Amino acid sequence: MAVGETIVTRIGWKWRPALAGLLVAVAVATGAAQPPRRIISLVPAVTEILFAIGAGPHVVAVSNYDVEPPEVRSLPTVGALLDPDTERIIAMKPDLVITYGSQDDLKTQLTRVKIPFFDYRHGGLEHIIATMRALGARTGNVNQADQAARSLQTAIDAVRQRVAGKPRPRTLLVFGREPGSLRNIYASAGRGFLHDMLVAAGGEDVLDDIDKESAHISAEIVLARPPDVIIELNAATRLNEADLKKVVDPWMRLSSVPAVKNGRVIVLTGPGMTVPGPRVAEGVEKIARALHP
Amino acid sequence: MSIRRRLALVLGGFAIFTAAILTWAPTVGSTAISLARAFDRSIPWESNVDAQIFFVARLPRVLAGALVGAALAAAGVVLQALLRNPLATPFTLGVSAGASLGAMLAVTMQLEFGLLGITSIPLASFAGSLLATGIVYALAASQRRGLSTNVLLLAGVTLNAFFSALILFVQYIADFAEALRAIRWMMGGLDVASYTPIVAALPFVLLAFGAFAVMPRTLNLLSIGAEAASARGVEVKTAQRVAFLSASLATGAAVSLGGPIGFIGIVVPHLVRLLVGADHRIVLPASALFGASFLVVCDLAARTVMSPLEIPVGVVTALIGGPFFLWLLVKRS
Repeated sequence: MAVGETIVTRIGWKWRPALAGLLVAVAVATGAAQPPRRIISLVPAVTEILFAIGAGPHVVAVSNYDVEPPEVRSLPTVGALLDPDTERIIAMKPDLVITYGSQDDLKTQLTRVKIPFFDYRHGGLEHIIATMRALGARTGNVNQADQAARSLQTAIDAVRQRVAGKPRPRTLLVFGREPGSLRNIYASAGRGFLHDMLVAAGGEDVLDDIDKESAHISAEIVLARPPDVIIELNAATRLNEADLKKVVDPWMRLSSVPAVKNGRVIVLTGPGMTVPGPRVAEGVEKIARALHP
Repeated sequence: MSIRRRLALVLGGFAIFTAAILTWAPTVGSTAISLARAFDRSIPWESNVDAQIFFVARLPRVLAGALVGAALAAAGVVLQALLRNPLATPFTLGVSAGASLGAMLAVTMQLEFGLLGITSIPLASFAGSLLATGIVYALAASQRRGLSTNVLLLAGVTLNAFFSALILFVQYIADFAEALRAIRWMMGGLDVASYTPIVAALPFVLLAFGAFAVMPRTLNLLSIGAEAASARGVEVKTAQRVAFLSASLATGAAVSLGGPIGFIGIVVPHLVRLLVGADHRIVLPASALFGASFLVVCDLAARTVMSPLEIPVGVVTALIGGPFFLWLLVKRS
């Protein structure tokens, strides 16, 4: 399967559904693999993808951090990225385990007991769509996966088209900071799904040149590369007026920054913004509305 | 040369050096700024980028670095004399582990309280440092004859290990993003971008320095031994208490401002001793001055070397301090 996935990522967009179909056809014809019926996902973003492509009913356990979609909240949990409960995972007799790229020990153990796994790592927006298709092929949900992938692509493309030709505000996308101060600012840099979401939504990333998914920057960098808009992601589901003011207030010290001067420090709430799953379409939409009101 | 003249000469030299570093540091950074524009009052503040970079981003950082560096270096000198152990650091007696545990709890429990503009993390870490100091002190003071420096040392080391275990536990059960933020805090950082936390830490550091100011003679005698000091009229019990509590206070305030920045409290005192001898009348103030300039220079490296990215300042002090200290060890033996 690993070989198959490599081919999928190398082949052009148009042919992917066809290729995925072919792979499944070959698999079925040779009797090599029944589609998995007991899936364990250790990656919350992939859990969301599994449900989006119709493989949800076969998910039997998830990681400790899984909360979406609501169905997973009643499922048993088997540890997480750093502490997967290998014993429990094996005991549940899964026929597919979704692992994260860095879980080498777990993968070795799974190989030893001959439990197949699907290895995943976070990437850009394209990677989410590719993962949907690859998982569709792997779980025997090719059509539904193709549909989900296409609707995600369509939603993102629609935003792209809407903002095409509009001036692209220089934007700083902040996803972490010490509360009540400007210390330890973590922002999205020139790579990864948050960066892709910002660009798709019609913004220019002020940290474009940093080839990392995230950057820890000082107040001086914010002043020296003044953004037109500061978007701050906040995990809270809702913020009232007073709390919102508390979140935005520390930025007011940097009054020479256009975003601050023009009142364009925008807080986007909701925990879904930082999960590279099907909900990124909503995220792109939210960012686009913030950038191009 | 009389001690007074030597004191004036050596400290004058250190003071001039430190003043020069503190004046120079805010003029350099990851961005080139025009000082003329930064100090031009005719340009309105809202549109003066140079002034904001100078006064909001850099100056607070330099001042925080100076305060933390001076406090940690001086606390190191005092504790090395008190414990009669050249390997003692401001973090040996559990103060920083207590502070770290406080900060860790504030980060992972997402506490967002504040007091007079001071945010939750520095408040919690200062509370943690006071708790650790209180525990160690109570244990060491329960001995009848003065503070037992052995008990002090053992209690401190044990408390360090115990708090570290608690820190790991809290980190382990925390959310991924929070654990990462907490780990980042442990690496130290001086990008305060505001004067409020500096003003908040200042009175505690000044209080400790007030105690340090009357201490050098006593420290000279204590570093020979408690009995010898007692024979020369030192109130050993009181002196030990004041030394321990003031050094802990300085450390707690410094850690709550800049995180547990390592190596300052051990490298600076030893380097200064190498330069000026062992007399605490000179070593203590000279270490404070040199600690200030050393940390400011390390932070300058932290904010410029990999710009636009930051290097945690604790990593810089360790990278410079570690090899340097080893060189010092080899050279002296």
